[in-house]
Amino acid sequence: MSALPLLTVEDLHVSYQGRSGRVPALRGVSFEVGQERLGIVGESGSGKSTIGLSVLRLLPGTASLAATRLALRGIDLLHATESALRTVRGRRISMVLQDPKFSLNPVLTVGQQIAESYAVHAHSTRHEAKRKALEMLEAVRIRDPERVFGLYPHEVSGGMGQRVMIAMMLIPEPDFLIADEPTSALDVTVQAQLLELIDELIRRRQMGLILISHNLNLVASFCDRILVLYGGRVMEMLNASELASARHPYTRGLLACRPLIDRPQAELPQLKRDLAWLSEPVGAGVARTRD
Amino acid sequence: MIETPIGPASWRDWLLAEAPQSRIQARLSRWYANWLALRRNPLAVSGLIIVLILVLMAVLAPWLTDRSPYDQALSARLQPPSSEHWFGTDELGRDILTRIVYGSQITLLIVFLVSAIVLPVGLIVGTMAGYFGGLLDTILMRITDIFLAFPRLVMALAFAAALGPGIENAVVAISITAWPPYARLARAETMTLRGRDFILAARMQGASALRILWSHIMPLCLPSVIVRLTLDMAGIILIAAGLGFLGLGAQPPSPEWGLMVSSGRSYLLDQWWVATMPGLAIFIVSFGFNLLGDGFRDVFDPRSQ
Repeated sequence: MSALPLLTVEDLHVSYQGRSGRVPALRGVSFEVGQERLGIVGESGSGKSTIGLSVLRLLPGTASLAATRLALRGIDLLHATESALRTVRGRRISMVLQDPKFSLNPVLTVGQQIAESYAVHAHSTRHEAKRKALEMLEAVRIRDPERVFGLYPHEVSGGMGQRVMIAMMLIPEPDFLIADEPTSALDVTVQAQLLELIDELIRRRQMGLILISHNLNLVASFCDRILVLYGGRVMEMLNASELASARHPYTRGLLACRPLIDRPQAELPQLKRDLAWLSEPVGAGVARTRD
Repeated sequence: MIETPIGPASWRDWLLAEAPQSRIQARLSRWYANWLALRRNPLAVSGLIIVLILVLMAVLAPWLTDRSPYDQALSARLQPPSSEHWFGTDELGRDILTRIVYGSQITLLIVFLVSAIVLPVGLIVGTMAGYFGGLLDTILMRITDIFLAFPRLVMALAFAAALGPGIENAVVAISITAWPPYARLARAETMTLRGRDFILAARMQGASALRILWSHIMPLCLPSVIVRLTLDMAGIILIAAGLGFLGLGAQPPSPEWGLMVSSGRSYLLDQWWVATMPGLAIFIVSFGFNLLGDGFRDVFDPRSQ
């Protein structure tokens, strides 16, 4: 893909304040993303979403973050001030959340919310923002933008809501999009349409994408590279095409847990985890299986 | 109440349509449904009628009576209710009914001004405390607690005494004592909203804290704060009348109801009407606001349905 990485994350550690001491969520995660589609997979609690929030520096107050480097196209996100971060959020990096039912403000029309998103960064007039919002609604393939502009979030369907969400996040024309399980609240047919739409938009705008998901099939077919996360550590990083032949025991375990339509099983195997993986350097698990 | 059918298919059918044809129709239907719900509650309707009469009285005062609330007629002082003076006259020969009619303007003015001060102050303090949390929350909420620790009338009295008598100062004094519950309410609402995904989404787009408070949190806090305000209006009227009665609110010769009760007090045994009539006005109006507030709460609070 592109030689210059858009997003660089080096040795990212995040921990949350728990009731009995600090609970680590990420233990030294490093990766680089260029103009490509990176999938992040892992179980619940493996730190997938925490990566997204860390990059935007929107972790809750109880979290503490440390890293050697966290940068987007040369902008240091680690030492940026809050006001500098505000110009990065939305304008440079955007994030699409899981469920549009909760991520749209119930008392504002969807049009107002898209227009506001534009106005925050462009300092435009109200009229200009509205025109841009209508254009954007059309870009996310909503058939009657004028009508949808005036609808409230409860009046649109899940798929439509997620399109609105994408429109809202892409209208400031960011360089990078993080999609945190963008399709898990939707049914399967809508999922495919929506991923196709995201794909088209990020290609046309030459953006980088991180797709966070627990759906291995979806990630394997949609992304260029896959990062496998367990317990806040990177287990392995592989090309999507190589997923079927992954060697790390954890990835193999994840793959074995998928229900497959051509291999019906009465009981899916249980995932075997090994805490020793958490202290190994990245790739060690893969190397061991080679011996 | 009888519906007057306008238009061929009648407004009623149009408003109650199962499938509204347009956005406006849907919205009007919703209002109409609210109105029907309010109308089913006879107490709320009587409250609404009392408040409407009060408003009409205040607006139409100069046309309702050709007397002036200030004209004295010492030859006709302390006359009992009669066909000429329906509510009698006071110790300076002024027509009590006229004074009550003009006094409604003062009552409404105080209620309006106090609401206009209390609503934004409570919202701003409450949403800021709830949204930012931490030290700011602690400081703002302890200040709120201090204000809540005193009985309202006593504190209003203290402030009115410190600021000096007069309607404007009474408004300020009442406002100072009235905002804390609104701040509490707005804070509680904000804290439930703060962690919601759409606030996170707004932050992800780079919205500043101010923008989130103003355009995402305050509109959602507003309904509960407004309902609380309508319930509170009777209290505001009573405190305003109380300050007037104690000589710290409106000053003579203003036809403020509390002040009228106060000046009629010395004649209570022989000329009962001088103090009783304005007292009744205070009672009926605060009763009306209470009934209306209860009705509004039942209609607009989805949790009670």
